[in-house]
Amino acid sequence: MADSTEASERGNGFLGTLVQSSTEVKSPAEKVYVYEAPLRLWHWLNALCIVVLCITGYLIGSPPTSVMGEASENFQFGYIRLIHFAVGQVLALALLYRIAWAFMGNHHSHQLFLPPVWSTRWWGEVWHEVKWYAFLTKTPKKYIGHNPLAQLAMFCMFVIPIFVAIFTGFALYAEGQGIDSWWYSAFGWVFAVLGDSFWVHTVHHVNMWIIIIFVMIHIYVAVREDIMSRQSLVSTMISGWRFFKDDRE
Amino acid sequence: MGKPQTFYEVFRQQGISRRSFNKFCSLTAASLGLGPAFAPKIAHAMETKRRTPVIWLNGLECTCCSESFIRSGHPLASDVVLSMLSLDYSHTLMASAGHQAEKILEETLEESYGEYILAVEGNPPLNEDGMYCIVGGRPFVEQLKEMAAGASAIIAWGSCASNGCVQAARPNPTAATPIHEVIRDKPIVKVPGCPPIPEVMTGVVTYMLTFGRVPPLDRLGRPEMFYGQRIHDKCYRRPHFDAGQFAESWDDENARRGYCLYKMGCRGPTTYNACSTTRWNGGVSFPIESGHGCIGCSEENFWDNGPFYERLADVQTPLGVEANADQIGLGAAGVIGTAIAAHAAASALKRARANPAEDYKSKTESEGV
Repeated sequence: MADSTEASERGNGFLGTLVQSSTEVKSPAEKVYVYEAPLRLWHWLNALCIVVLCITGYLIGSPPTSVMGEASENFQFGYIRLIHFAVGQVLALALLYRIAWAFMGNHHSHQLFLPPVWSTRWWGEVWHEVKWYAFLTKTPKKYIGHNPLAQLAMFCMFVIPIFVAIFTGFALYAEGQGIDSWWYSAFGWVFAVLGDSFWVHTVHHVNMWIIIIFVMIHIYVAVREDIMSRQSLVSTMISGWRFFKDDRE
Repeated sequence: MGKPQTFYEVFRQQGISRRSFNKFCSLTAASLGLGPAFAPKIAHAMETKRRTPVIWLNGLECTCCSESFIRSGHPLASDVVLSMLSLDYSHTLMASAGHQAEKILEETLEESYGEYILAVEGNPPLNEDGMYCIVGGRPFVEQLKEMAAGASAIIAWGSCASNGCVQAARPNPTAATPIHEVIRDKPIVKVPGCPPIPEVMTGVVTYMLTFGRVPPLDRLGRPEMFYGQRIHDKCYRRPHFDAGQFAESWDDENARRGYCLYKMGCRGPTTYNACSTTRWNGGVSFPIESGHGCIGCSEENFWDNGPFYERLADVQTPLGVEANADQIGLGAAGVIGTAIAAHAAASALKRARANPAEDYKSKTESEGV
């Protein structure tokens, strides 16, 4: 294990490259093109989907006040569910596209899915970032992509929950499509893993809150880092360019 | 136990005409959803097959399954018990008692090994070597295993046998265990419900006797013909659900108008059962039609997914506090939000206290690029 860690930290092979791209850069160029256009497009589409899904999802759990009139003339709750299902499918397709981009894009594009948890150097820098947020370190390090703590948080609070959301969501959607539908053949196993349908609803619902909390932290940290760290954050996801504010190491 | 007779012989002995017999076969075919072509097949089976012995065991349960079973209208429970099968052992329905009754089990094992159907109502508690349920002086789990060994197929009556039901709800002190976790080498048909619908019970028995095999089962081992759809899928109040018309309390105008009970915690959308199609009491009504939401009694863990009158289930949090998903989520978001605000304030303070000149320099640099 120790040998492989050393080897990977010297930058050998695919795993080594992962560690290289996820850890500190001593003296980068003044600006680096990090997030390519397809990735930025995905980020904002994904953000939009999450906002719509959280609003419609919350309303499905706690429906708005009843509409009046004949049932045959109204389809309010039906439309809320329709939007939720449609946007959920857009989100899933967008994630598939994002996974494909992890293979096609630059080496920052697979950072989201592959935190180098085997690297002691990477964990050391996670700890350094924790100290930076706890006001115990004066100077943060420079990163071209995500910093290691951000990468870890993205993986645990975004990547895993978004997969849980998609699988539980599609399993619940499959129930509506019927147990003889291809949806149920593809996602019915979720009930074998998690148990009864009501519990799957609960998991799906709690999972929404994990994603909401992630969004809160994500936005705060992005704005804070934009102001306090040594690199640009918010504008990078718009223009794709990472700017470094000083030329110290 | 006398010489085994065919079903038809039993019918004729009881004075049932050929014409009535044919009517019964047609009705049964219709109630199983099989179509008219199957009526002659049912008749043929009844004329040639011997009555199948059925052993009906009762474990940890409330007998609501037996009570439900004897109220079946199509086919009548009396027809099933007296004509279709040979119900050799059943605490509730048999005439004999004591050692005589227990002897029937031994005889069945000797004479009909591998042929009889074992119907299990209730489940065995496994804690303390099964001492929480004693039948005939022995733990029920022993009797269950013994009788399961010689059965051709097993029917798990009700939520107790299928899912554990109330005695297996958290914290389950007796370790009440659904029978498929105790018996693993026999085909088990789960007929969950608390109790199951009478016509579903007799329908399953009729299917097994007629075709000599277990009915097509879903992923969880329930007969697809009765548990293939959710209550919600065939609920007559479904149009109100799609329209967004909900009862907000049990006595409001919307409840009187017959609006959807979703907000009142109705479990129809998560419950697989035939209530909204076959209904109860000979097709008179079912809970939602009577103005009460479904409590999901045929679903696993339905006691733990309470409260019954809330849309969101309570979750046991690691701190021992019960709260629903929104309370947990809002609470966590509140804590994180406060932490973010505190952290933002501390960050602003740190920045303000840092060397103003250096701060100004780095600021102009960052704006310069």
